[in-house]
Amino acid sequence: MNMIQALNSAMDTMLERDPNVLIFGEDVGYFGGVFRATEGLQKKYGVTRCFDTPIGEGGIIATAVGMGAYGLRPVVEIQFADYIYPAFDQLVSEAARLRYRSAGDFSAAMTVRTPYGGGIFGGQTHSQSPEAIFTHVTGLKTVVPSTPYDAKGLLISAIEDDDPVIFLEPKRIYNGPFNGRHDQPVVPWSKHPASEVPEGYYTVPLGRANIVRPGEKMTVLAYGTMVYVALTAAEASGIDAEVIDLRTLLPVDIETIVTSVEKTGRCVIIHEATRTSGYGAELSALVQEHCFYHLEAPIERVTGWDTPYPHAFEWEYFPGPERVTAAMRRVLEG
Amino acid sequence: MKNRKPLSLRVPQPKHRPGDSPDFTGLVVPEAGSVRRPDIGVRPHDIADLAYSLIRVLDSSHRAVGPWDPRLDPDTLRRGLVSMLLTRAYDDRMYRAQRQGRTSFYMKSTGEEAVATAASYALERDDMCFPSYRQQGILIARGYPLFKMMCQVYSNPADPLKGRQLPIMYSAKDHGFFSISGNLGTQFPQAVGWAMASAYKGDDRIAASWVGEGTTAEGDFHHACTFAAVYRAPVILNVVNNQWAISSFSGIAGGDDSTFASRAIGYGLPGLRVDGNDFLAVYAATQWAAERARSNLGATLIELYTYRVEGHSTSDDPSRYRPQDEAKAWPLGDPIERLKNHLIQLGEWDEERHQAAHKDAVEQVRASDREASALGTLGQAKPSIKTMFEDVYKDMPWHIRKQRQEMGF
Repeated sequence: MNMIQALNSAMDTMLERDPNVLIFGEDVGYFGGVFRATEGLQKKYGVTRCFDTPIGEGGIIATAVGMGAYGLRPVVEIQFADYIYPAFDQLVSEAARLRYRSAGDFSAAMTVRTPYGGGIFGGQTHSQSPEAIFTHVTGLKTVVPSTPYDAKGLLISAIEDDDPVIFLEPKRIYNGPFNGRHDQPVVPWSKHPASEVPEGYYTVPLGRANIVRPGEKMTVLAYGTMVYVALTAAEASGIDAEVIDLRTLLPVDIETIVTSVEKTGRCVIIHEATRTSGYGAELSALVQEHCFYHLEAPIERVTGWDTPYPHAFEWEYFPGPERVTAAMRRVLEG
Repeated sequence: MKNRKPLSLRVPQPKHRPGDSPDFTGLVVPEAGSVRRPDIGVRPHDIADLAYSLIRVLDSSHRAVGPWDPRLDPDTLRRGLVSMLLTRAYDDRMYRAQRQGRTSFYMKSTGEEAVATAASYALERDDMCFPSYRQQGILIARGYPLFKMMCQVYSNPADPLKGRQLPIMYSAKDHGFFSISGNLGTQFPQAVGWAMASAYKGDDRIAASWVGEGTTAEGDFHHACTFAAVYRAPVILNVVNNQWAISSFSGIAGGDDSTFASRAIGYGLPGLRVDGNDFLAVYAATQWAAERARSNLGATLIELYTYRVEGHSTSDDPSRYRPQDEAKAWPLGDPIERLKNHLIQLGEWDEERHQAAHKDAVEQVRASDREASALGTLGQAKPSIKTMFEDVYKDMPWHIRKQRQEMGF
């Protein structure tokens, strides 16, 4: 399966297993979503279990909070992460805090699926990576899969989780593990082992990272599309790097990070989002707090620039393998 | 309690899906000329019926009839027609450019040309427009160079927006055209703010904004209507009801039990519902609302009833969710054909002149494209990379300067 099919399979599995699961969002019903993630689900489960909503992201999230409070497990789609901001109050002040402010009297389980990231010439309103905005909000969990297998397993875990989960889908790798080499064709998922996705129910637990490439000389922390950029950079540089796919950004798998950095003594953090106050800043602080006496070089971040995502400069903006390789070399020599 | 019937969840569905024959026989279309034209000083409350009717001027024999006939001279009508022809030719050319891989994205306004064009003619040149992504007709009607529009679509070195924006997200302050956002509805309350500023300064300019019927579900729509009503802002709030929001029919936006014009009533605004494919009706309604705004009487909400003939964008395939020939069955016709037939009926136009005007429009577009393409299409040539770091702030802070240096500039 490619990542879209895996996500579709996760929702299919959960609609089948749990009558409290329902899917809604803009264009997700009859049409099956602009990226086809919900294709066929309305036909299979009926219009009350997978349906179109008005174009009102605030309304989508707010009604999900209400449904969650009733006891349902809504899985909503925000068509692009760039469009989530009208729902910000409902996420930050409501979904994230309902359990706390009511001392557990109310809570709202819900999963917010949303495609994020660039590399598709979507300009500044179809390319952003807003993950740090959500990891900054206590009460929300934030998940980013990087393979079809993980996408399905993590989405099922998210749907079953009793807290609100922001499920960010790296849309550039929906169809294949794009590695940042934009001048080369993308290898389809069918050629990748992680495209073997079981038909039925299984989970990948939230809060656990995955070491996708073991190594001794440095730790590279990445998630989403950047996992493949990191792997390509490790290959290209010839540096024996350990590449960690975080998979869940909050709660982050601190043990895996600390064990790795204590072993390697060096750390490079990469993400596509803008640099300043990005999630890399949190990772950098965590590594510094936990591994200071093991560090042999300053931590480096490779990120998108602090500008909106510019249409014509897609590949100058995107932190590709060359920039990552250069940072890895500096950290190795540092 | 126990004897009550269980509740059920209603999810509205369109009447027709792919494979069905489109059928608009249930659609109530009032006769052209049948809707009264109130004085601009009317209390919104007293014209609530207009929000449920449909203002039409052109009748089935192509005559302009009734109180809403703006009585435009033939020259203005011909200029309006030519603007619409140019808009359609431009759309066709840019759509093909996307299909040929010369740009990443495009959005056509086919069938909705009158919405933007007629409004432009009814507004003053220095009134500020806050459009959505489907009112390229405003720029064209106001004489903005096609060449510059194309350079924007190609993100080439002559792109006035320096390659930063998705194609069609134009910005042209000197043509009264506010920067287009990709996020829906954000411009609607901003137009109200601009209008409030004009009122505050004792200016005589007004603002106009456009959203699709789908976007009325965003909170920004409510903010716009509330603020416009409270401050009696000199603004025209247009809802372009083209029946489809990507794959969602207008019922998903709340349009199957009510009209979008009627949203105005609760806010205390006048709401006009207008045949959006009738150039004269759009002109007349805009003119009425503009006069009202300029007379310090406040805002008007106008629903422009039309049909999105093409896909939402080049990323869309409407045959997956609506009958293929639905556009052909649309009972309110084509805005270009209707205005053309009206001019012919007046004895001010003929087929020959129309064909010549069409050819001329296509040729103008082709010539501009040659000029723009010569400077590069997407990926071939782009503005200086250095400019990527400019305009985030007025003055570049140290951290962005450092990032620019990292890139080698």
